[in-house]
Amino acid sequence: MAKNENKSGSNLEKVLSRGEFAVTAELGPPKSADLDLIKKKVELLSGWVDAVNITDNQTAIVRVSSIATGKLVLDMGLEPIIQITCRDRNRLSIQSDILGAYLLGIRNVLCLTGDHQCFGNHPAARNVFDLDSVQLIQMVKNMRDEKVFANGEEIKNSKKAEVKEPRMFIGAAANPFADPFEFRVIRLQKKINAGIDFIQTQCIYDMDRFADWTRGVCERGLHKKCKILAGVTPLKSLGMTKYMRDQVAGVSVPDYYVKRMAKAEDAKAEGIEIVTEQIQQLRQIEGVAGVHIMAIEWEQKVSEIVQKAGLKR
Amino acid sequence: MIVAERKPIEEITGYLAGHKSVLVLGCGTCVTVCLAGGEREVSILASILRLSNGAKIQENTIERQCDAEFFDVIKEQVASCDAVLSMACGVGVQMAARIFEDKPIYPALNTMFCGTNDGAGQWSENCLACGDCKLGIFGGVCPVTRCSKSLLNGPCGGSVDGKCEVDPENIDCGWQLIYDRLKTLGKLDVLAENSQPRDWSRTHDGGPRKLSREDVAGL
Repeated sequence: MAKNENKSGSNLEKVLSRGEFAVTAELGPPKSADLDLIKKKVELLSGWVDAVNITDNQTAIVRVSSIATGKLVLDMGLEPIIQITCRDRNRLSIQSDILGAYLLGIRNVLCLTGDHQCFGNHPAARNVFDLDSVQLIQMVKNMRDEKVFANGEEIKNSKKAEVKEPRMFIGAAANPFADPFEFRVIRLQKKINAGIDFIQTQCIYDMDRFADWTRGVCERGLHKKCKILAGVTPLKSLGMTKYMRDQVAGVSVPDYYVKRMAKAEDAKAEGIEIVTEQIQQLRQIEGVAGVHIMAIEWEQKVSEIVQKAGLKR
Repeated sequence: MIVAERKPIEEITGYLAGHKSVLVLGCGTCVTVCLAGGEREVSILASILRLSNGAKIQENTIERQCDAEFFDVIKEQVASCDAVLSMACGVGVQMAARIFEDKPIYPALNTMFCGTNDGAGQWSENCLACGDCKLGIFGGVCPVTRCSKSLLNGPCGGSVDGKCEVDPENIDCGWQLIYDRLKTLGKLDVLAENSQPRDWSRTHDGGPRKLSREDVAGL
């Protein structure tokens, strides 16, 4: 990636291309037209992270749109990474949104398949999935690098007009733990072939399995083709630990952490302690270029985690 | 085959309210095989309706309701009724409505999918009739139908132990099936290729589809 710097000019791109250990977090938009909540979350995260993911109707629950929230967040001084899923929009709508987001100053996009609508608050909705995440990546990449729409037309307003393409820093998600395990590295390869610049992984608890996955990734040299941000989620309680272990598809929590959370007098403090240790371990793993802290409705802890983990901001 | 299931009896009797003479019309093809709308099911439904509905109930089953010619034998019988309750799939119901222009035609079934019989009383969806079959690439397992998100570059992160997170009890991960099958065939390299976006205009997105074949026209 070093050769091809400044694809988008985003802060995240600059941090990663300088080889600094990047820190990103998540900001879930509110389920109502609540500007104060967005402001509050921005205040908690500002200055502690390089960029923040703005989720796109995550878990298929209607929220403020990711691009609208992204623009608000940007105006408050925090760099957004707009998530775009394939569940709710077809190729026309997504390309239109990419153009619009770019004009609003948004420079990072995370391309996702999207949670199935059956998990959300409108299970009777029709899904779209015109594209899948790999095809979405390719489309955003082609808009940037080939300067064409998905149909091959140049991105210009008329025949004589100048080409004006949206230049996004393109990310995707990877889940090293879902099945079939052997296919997970191939799937990352496909996303790289499609054109990603960075990935954020599903939250990691099973360090051994993650290390196996990164070994496969490094053997294929994939860590040199895209920057890998390892996902972590601090555990808040024993209940949450068991929930993550038993209920969340593609997440495995080793007994070691379950026991620690069970024994802890102050479970929240232990959760922060564990995530801090994890970040330090992840920094030692070859191929890990940063960390993505998913403190679910616990944004106030991000600054503490960043400081304790010794991540200079 | 086209797999269907009978609607709740309340919905059916709701349609028939006010009618004095009703023909319950079965279909001898797919819905007979999937035990939803053949002669036997017509007889059962007719018996239920005779007990619950004041109308005179007649019954009959023709070979196929998706082909106009098979309706000839029942034209007189239909003329003697003031409504037809079709136990065919949605295709048959629409053909009946086309042929009997002045008669109300009601569906007795919900048409479910093109599927396989997986054992006694079990059926599953296998084909969306997308008009652009890629089974030759994906080892004979359809990603458009068998993956809950119709992903062509799957699986997503919701595949665990071969099951789809949408309903782990009942839905196999289509991409696990594709992976296993291609592994058995020694063709896993196929999965490293990025599948391009589909042309959905070949599917229903292009509007109701028609097929004309000159080679069989006029036969």
